Amino acid sequence: MHGRPRNVLKEEDTAALSAKAEKLRLLQSHFLANHHNRIYTKEALEENAKLLENNPEWHTAWNYRKLAVESFLTDSHSDPETVKSVLDEELRVVENALRKNFKSYGAWHHRKWVLSKGHSSIDKELRLLAAFQKADARNFHAWNYRRFVTTLMKIPDEEELKYTEEVIGANFSNYSAWHNRSILLSNLLKRKAEGYFPKEIVLEGEFELVHNAIFTDPDDQSGWFYHLWLIDQMVKIDAPLLVSSWPSHGLNITLQGNKCLHGSGLSVLNSTLPNTGTLPIILYFNQAVEGIDSSTVNVKSELLNGDLVWKPLSTNNSNNAQVWVAYLNIGNLDVQRSKTYVIEINLGHSKGIVSSNGYDYGHASRVTFELCIQSAYTESVEQQDGKITSEIDHIPTTSGRCEEAIVNEISQFRDLLSEIDCKIGKLTLARLLTALDSMPSPRANNMVHTEEILQLYDDLMRLDPTHYLYYKDEHSLVLLRQITSSRESLLPYCYYKKDATEAVPGYVCLRLQNLSLSRMGSIENLLWVQMLDLSHNQLRSIEGLEAMQLLSCLNLSHNKLGSFNALGPLRLIKSLKVLDISYNEIGSHTIDTRRYLCSSPLCHTEEFAWDQFETLTDSIHISAAKFWEPFLIFQSMKLTQLDIKGNAVADEIFGSFIIRVLPTLKWLDEEDLS
Amino acid sequence: MAESEASSYPPIEPTNFDLIIVGTGLPESILAAAASAVGKAVLHLDPNSFYGSHFATLSLTDLTSHLNSHSLPAPPPPPPSTSGSGDSDYAVVDLVQDPLYSDIEIEWHGSEDETSKMREDSRKFNIDLGGPRALFCADSCIDLLLKSGAAQYLEFKGVDASLVYEPNGGGLANVPDSRGAIFRDKNLSLKEKNQLMRFFKLVQQHLGGGGDQSDSGGEGQKISEEDLDSSFVSFLDKMRLPPKIKSILLYAIAMLDFDQDDSKVCKDFLKTKDSIDRLALYSSSVGRFPNAPGALIYPIYGEGELPQAFCRRAAVKGCIYVLRMAVTSLLMDKVTGCYKGVRLVSGQDLYSHQLILDPSFVIPSLLSSSLADFPREKIQLLSQRELKGMVARGICITRSSIKPDLLNCSVVYPPRSLYPEQVMSVRALQIGSNLAVCPAGTFILYFSTVCNDADEGKKLLKAAMNALLKPPVSVNSGSIPVVQSDNEDVQPIVLWNAFYIQKVFKGKFDSLTSAPTPDGNLNYADILDATEKLFSQMYPDQAFFPKTESPEDTMDENGVIMES
Repeated sequence: MHGRPRNVLKEEDTAALSAKAEKLRLLQSHFLANHHNRIYTKEALEENAKLLENNPEWHTAWNYRKLAVESFLTDSHSDPETVKSVLDEELRVVENALRKNFKSYGAWHHRKWVLSKGHSSIDKELRLLAAFQKADARNFHAWNYRRFVTTLMKIPDEEELKYTEEVIGANFSNYSAWHNRSILLSNLLKRKAEGYFPKEIVLEGEFELVHNAIFTDPDDQSGWFYHLWLIDQMVKIDAPLLVSSWPSHGLNITLQGNKCLHGSGLSVLNSTLPNTGTLPIILYFNQAVEGIDSSTVNVKSELLNGDLVWKPLSTNNSNNAQVWVAYLNIGNLDVQRSKTYVIEINLGHSKGIVSSNGYDYGHASRVTFELCIQSAYTESVEQQDGKITSEIDHIPTTSGRCEEAIVNEISQFRDLLSEIDCKIGKLTLARLLTALDSMPSPRANNMVHTEEILQLYDDLMRLDPTHYLYYKDEHSLVLLRQITSSRESLLPYCYYKKDATEAVPGYVCLRLQNLSLSRMGSIENLLWVQMLDLSHNQLRSIEGLEAMQLLSCLNLSHNKLGSFNALGPLRLIKSLKVLDISYNEIGSHTIDTRRYLCSSPLCHTEEFAWDQFETLTDSIHISAAKFWEPFLIFQSMKLTQLDIKGNAVADEIFGSFIIRVLPTLKWLDEEDLS
Repeated sequence: MAESEASSYPPIEPTNFDLIIVGTGLPESILAAAASAVGKAVLHLDPNSFYGSHFATLSLTDLTSHLNSHSLPAPPPPPPSTSGSGDSDYAVVDLVQDPLYSDIEIEWHGSEDETSKMREDSRKFNIDLGGPRALFCADSCIDLLLKSGAAQYLEFKGVDASLVYEPNGGGLANVPDSRGAIFRDKNLSLKEKNQLMRFFKLVQQHLGGGGDQSDSGGEGQKISEEDLDSSFVSFLDKMRLPPKIKSILLYAIAMLDFDQDDSKVCKDFLKTKDSIDRLALYSSSVGRFPNAPGALIYPIYGEGELPQAFCRRAAVKGCIYVLRMAVTSLLMDKVTGCYKGVRLVSGQDLYSHQLILDPSFVIPSLLSSSLADFPREKIQLLSQRELKGMVARGICITRSSIKPDLLNCSVVYPPRSLYPEQVMSVRALQIGSNLAVCPAGTFILYFSTVCNDADEGKKLLKAAMNALLKPPVSVNSGSIPVVQSDNEDVQPIVLWNAFYIQKVFKGKFDSLTSAPTPDGNLNYADILDATEKLFSQMYPDQAFFPKTESPEDTMDENGVIMES
């Protein structure tokens, strides 16, 4: 079925084809007339069958048959004989159509539809499938249909799993069979079927099976795909969990003077928040969750005045997000000076927090921090040992078996790489080492493999330039994870900033510049950051940055941001005041290749202020097509300072536009607007 | 007496032929079919009552008696017939049969009941005289069967598995002979799987790369000329392949006989070039026919079907067949010493341009008085056959399979796998009842090895047999209780076995020619090559089975099959 050469048509073939087309056109016009007039006679259906047997790709023709069948069934007054003969005829038509093209979506769908009526015998279906799967063992339509039939027939997953093993044994270059195996195993593992628990033992067996495929022929991709799935199964924690929060557990926040927050618990890093009268509380989970509200997250504090409102930090307005935020209002409270208020957050005690794939929140978690108000600013010298990362009560440790399995995998692939030079092997090793390093196990010596992983990605960028950007992203993530892993590793990147423009002492700036980063990561460790310098990198996206709810000052200059869309996450950071996006590539790319991922004013998830936009564009005579994007991004921001020079988009017209969009702006491109 | 003899053999008409062939072994039968196909008048005789000569498949009792009768020196030739010797222009040279077989040992091991049952069922056994032998699916033999039309008389079944005997009691393992087999293999380490598959790919690239050199890339993967000319074993060493994989490649796939690591005993270092051809044959065999699970196929009813199929083909094209017709002497031109014709046991003289003789016939070097004036050197030449070597063969009939879930399988015992001094590979082939060669519930197991002397060969075969089968208990000691271990319980019990040594001769071409003998290989490739060469020497201007318009032509030509 694969790799058939395309032959040049001969003259007689062309003639035959045009005759065939003529015949088809005639059938089509008849059929459309019948469809239009709702004629469902036997003759009409026969004509339709002829059409479909010649061209099974036409969904309208299939839909007509469905209507006809429905009408027959209504007329038949459920006489079982008639019903059966009508449906059997449908199965026959589908079978003939599939003989013509067994990759026809419409035909397979019609067969499912007929069988779902429940009047037909399904025993024949497995035989039919056997024939199709013999013709092409990888045909995913047939595999898809097989899942449908086996569910209908209630064939146990265990049996189907054996079947995939047979097919794989015959020829392991079969994505469809491996894929079906992954589906069946997921089901069995999820319901902890007999012999499929604990999952580590089952997965170890699967690793052994797939090693045979990978080692026998490392050039064949099918095994690698399954292997990747297995690593994920071994490492991932199904249940959603809180991995980090701000304020973190055990943090002492000192509220200074009237308007300043000083958090000494931000470890040794003395930093100050410009107080807007609210204190953000950020919950950072290991995966996207929903159901965060006052019933699932219990906050206890004297300061609390009514329920907190939790919002998902999601750029696409879904109510499913990895990061959730709530604002504790303290500005309007009459708080007593020098009194310490304890705030306790409990979650996971009641059901309701659910991951997108349906798992309930795992262990109960508790975060406690203290808030104290002092009259005068004093430099805190209190130093805490340990990580900057939040301490959560329960960090679930994956079982030692998991770790052993990963260690074993690593040694297998080191072996393979000693034999042959293979890109996917290097990538897999890098992924395995990363997985091992991030295992929350007391025995895993975290981050010891960072250098090796970075070297592997460097090699891959050189060996496989086609996927350069992917490797670069992974490289960035590993690097960031190492930098943010501990206080010691982070310190060299922290600088005090005595900002002249703001009369606020002791800003700490995190400078991650010139690291050749192409994307951001490890943000769960950086929730405390108020000033971030990411200049002179190769960022194309700042995905995930929205979690940094304390950020007030962000330098993104000299990067590779290609559109305003890429700045989407910033819309969710209410505290952001100073933004430098100078010397990027905004406006240089006529086509935004990431567009399909991004929002547009026409999509329903956006609340786009059309009226305001129209007034604006009318008033300064600019093209709406060019400016809706920056309008969407900046309209809700309260920036006081923006640097945008060095982008193709930044011209005078744009300047006058942005000043109108951002009335709060005081400085534009180092020019004082006041 | 002369009267009665003459009447029992009706005279053969006509008396002049292009080619007379004596013996219906595979090479002779192919030559008969090939010569008939190009319009030669061919007479095909066989002193036996069955087709196949040394490639025959026989019943249990026939096999026993045939082996025994062909291991003894033939009875002294009948007194030179006087008729015509005096008054004709020909010298009459008597032919003598020099047996190919020696050192025959045949033993019955079953209980009395079993033995008598087997004797009763003797006809249900179809045992190959020249086993173990099978065909690779991509063998040149298959092409020949198709080209000649002989395939229409034959049916084959796939040999279910190719096994290799693992030393140190490792038992039988599947030969990892394909991508799928390597994937499924349970004995190789992951690293070894990778190494073996990479070697296969290298060979594939080497073979396939020639066609599309424009595609570059593949060109770097060619095996260098220098490597191709070196011995295969040194090439494998150069590729850093571990001993286990080397052994699989050398003996189970390239099917080499001699220990390639031992330069003292190895008579035959195969070059990389030739080994690659063997690997290619093997790998293109796997999966060629959807019904054959492995690389090998075997004809239903035994290998004797092959010569018969060619004989039928020859008969269709006009070849005349007479079985049970011995040739007693040759008629030679008195002056030139050239071959002219043969004298049959019936006393009839027949003439032809060329003669092909069963390899067991020789011309005694002693000059009989009647040949006093015959050119001496010519006789000398005719009486010499070049002995190429010996093959030890063994046949066992067992009650169960050597591998429980398999009916048919081939086995290779690489050198040193049975005992350290083993310098030759042993090959075995088990055929079960689904190939119609034995009653249900029994199996025929063939062994062979090339050997330098009879004792060494038989010792090796017995070791190979004992490694898989329960050592036969002597019938006499049947009353002595035998301690059975669990392990012995699962091993098949031998009901009957035969061991014999077969000589291999090298044929020589002349106006009278000795046909090739069965060799020590598993397939027919070398025999077919020799046969084709023989044909082109006989008829340099004729095609070996020319393409016909309708390969399906049937018995409409005056084909005659005479079984007197």
